[in-house]
Amino acid sequence: METRILTKTIADDPQQVRIGVYVCHCGLNIAQSVDCRGVAETASNLEGVVVSKDITYACSEPGQQEIKDDILEHGLDRIVVASCSPRLHEPTFRQMMQSAGLNPYLLEMANLREQCSWVHMNEPEAATKKAVDLVKMAVSRVRLLCPLFEETLPLTKRALIIGGGVAGIQAALDLADNGYEVILVEKEPSIGGVMAQLDKTFPTMDCSI
Amino acid sequence: MTDAGRHPRIKLHTMSEVVDVKGYVGNFDVRIVKRARYVDENECTACGECAKVCPVVRPNPFDIGLSSRKAIYTPFPQAVPSAYVVNIDECLGHNLSVCNKCVEACEKRCINFDMSDEEFTERVGTIIVATGLEVYDPTELDEYGYTRFENVLTSLEFERLVNAGGPSKGELIRPTDRMHPKSVGFIQCVGSRSARKGSEYCSNICCMNTVKSTLILKEHYPEMDVKVFYIDIRAFGKGFEDLYKRSRRSGVHYLRGLPGNIEELPDKSLRVAVENMITGKLEFYDLDMLVLAVGLKPAKSTQRLQEMLGLQLTPDGFFLEAHPKLQPVDAATRGIFYAGCAESPKDIKDSVTQASAAAARSIRLMHKGEISSEPIISEVIAERCRSCGKCAEVCPYNAITVDVKKKTPAVINAAACAGCGNCAAECPFGAITMNHFTDDQILTQIDAMLEEQSGEKILAFACNWCSYAGADYAGVSRLQYPANARLIRTMCSARVDDRFIWHGLMKGAPVILVSGCHIGDCHYINANHWTEKRIKKVRRTMETLGIRPERLQLEWISAAEGIRFAEVMHRMEKLRKSVTETEIAETIKILKNREKK
Repeated sequence: METRILTKTIADDPQQVRIGVYVCHCGLNIAQSVDCRGVAETASNLEGVVVSKDITYACSEPGQQEIKDDILEHGLDRIVVASCSPRLHEPTFRQMMQSAGLNPYLLEMANLREQCSWVHMNEPEAATKKAVDLVKMAVSRVRLLCPLFEETLPLTKRALIIGGGVAGIQAALDLADNGYEVILVEKEPSIGGVMAQLDKTFPTMDCSI
Repeated sequence: MTDAGRHPRIKLHTMSEVVDVKGYVGNFDVRIVKRARYVDENECTACGECAKVCPVVRPNPFDIGLSSRKAIYTPFPQAVPSAYVVNIDECLGHNLSVCNKCVEACEKRCINFDMSDEEFTERVGTIIVATGLEVYDPTELDEYGYTRFENVLTSLEFERLVNAGGPSKGELIRPTDRMHPKSVGFIQCVGSRSARKGSEYCSNICCMNTVKSTLILKEHYPEMDVKVFYIDIRAFGKGFEDLYKRSRRSGVHYLRGLPGNIEELPDKSLRVAVENMITGKLEFYDLDMLVLAVGLKPAKSTQRLQEMLGLQLTPDGFFLEAHPKLQPVDAATRGIFYAGCAESPKDIKDSVTQASAAAARSIRLMHKGEISSEPIISEVIAERCRSCGKCAEVCPYNAITVDVKKKTPAVINAAACAGCGNCAAECPFGAITMNHFTDDQILTQIDAMLEEQSGEKILAFACNWCSYAGADYAGVSRLQYPANARLIRTMCSARVDDRFIWHGLMKGAPVILVSGCHIGDCHYINANHWTEKRIKKVRRTMETLGIRPERLQLEWISAAEGIRFAEVMHRMEKLRKSVTETEIAETIKILKNREKK
């Protein structure tokens, strides 16, 4: 198979990076135990940070718009969003970066909700201290991030469905009716699964087959 | 069912199982084994002449043994494909001199004992896991007497008895005397919501299934005395409360309390002893028949598939979704989706809904006909590579080739690299960069974290798929743990280079945790084996240097183990408290001396 060499971009001189930091309240989810404004103020003194704000809902439409406006206005090139887990909203903010003309991989998230405010609910001071650290870590990391580029690869337009019960059958029909080829694998001699053994089914009280 | 059987775009493989899956989203190569049917499924018209002459009689598992079938049989009249099948273990012998009756009876000559199991590979872009469920076997609940008392049935056995196509043609009869029972009791939560035996979770369908059964009984036998013993009736779905009320109106007696004991009377009816939670009294009821509303369990194949596809399970044993609310049908592995009871116990409507959702998610991925590649992969810095071959040795995907003899630099196959970073951690010359998780990017996080009050903090590494997700799960569950823990995310625990650990200790970290998926659950085949080796090695060196090796901990925490994550954090904090400022200073001194050498 063909190998691919990615062009490596050495991170710009840290002096020249322009970072935007957004500390999300997530309503009260984060703000109830973390002093979001305080965290944003501390972060504004970090090297390379040009804009640092707290924001009610970073993921909301106005929230994203605010970040995008800042990117244009202040010429930001890297973003730190301190909000929920990156496992939840990293794709959201990467898309936002892209639509603002930045490489989506120049984003770093600090997990202030799942791994800070929600697990230290009764220690606002300690939670805020931790939030500051998490944002500091994210800023130092974002300074060194490099743009990355995705490539497209060919894909097989066929689906495998393992199990021919009611769920497998429904998924197979939906895919097939949409024009996709389906391989339906069932370990028994007939499809139907447990459903086939049932007589009348709730809530309609009609036959299952 | 028949629609699926004759759809021109659905290729149906029955009697088949997936035995191996290779590749990645967009292009999975799936190896399937198809067991021999011994009947040509395209030619067979299901006339049944073969079964008439077959001399072997066996219990019919479709009717849970309440009826019989032959060694050549059709699973049930509406089966798809509509073809007979030979159970070769039961067949008297495909040695023609022994029996051969079915072969002679089949006019179309569809029966062929020369068939053998087939093995083939299919290439697909996405996979939907719809492996269904297993019904709980209540034999272990001795107090209910299932299998000891013949008139105690499971809800699935009851289902077959009231089915017009079932062994009694829809007549509800007692197994002992084949008479209509005058009274029937249902016991709820059998194998569900129990900390003792069975499962702790609610099986979701049993309440409504019982409500349905009582309505069927009252429709056919209005005079019948029907009782339901329950803890709570969960009628939460659309139209469910209505059905429940109808059942109550029709005269079904709902009694709050689960029976403690069941006794068989001489006429084979059953005496139920139950503490009625409303009256607070111990009450006895004599009933002709009892039905155990059994719960649902994960299918047997779940664990094998989980290992094969690198998926995760919840503590209940069902497949774990990427996000419980926002990605309820996606697996954490891209290109794999869940439908039906494989993900959790659910009724037909929810299964169908989830199946359509899984189909839509799968189409969303496939419709463009191309897929974007993962850019978070490793790269070789050719001028630093000394062609030692260590990276190729540890790569779980065989994505790296090095010609050790010719001394040409290592080459990484970008399409095969999954981005665990194991090679970058292993390379002794710093000649491999793991994009987005480079050494510098991680070291700077350690520096930032330990800049102030380093002695009070816990440095923790967590892999993206399991431990970091486990930490998130602790958050979602609001489990409180010490606020001095700071997590650094890597894609795999195998990315954690020993340099990161030494660096952390040098910067004054009192304790360090490395956490990843359980052995066998690694998202990158078996990369976490290397994590284990690396940590052992570092701990040995720590010991030699005179640094307490306990200060470095390795824990396996799955995405579902929020509780375990919180516990580990409490343990780490206890450990941290045992590390004094002097000890940290001593460690830094030792490591500085070592560096000078």
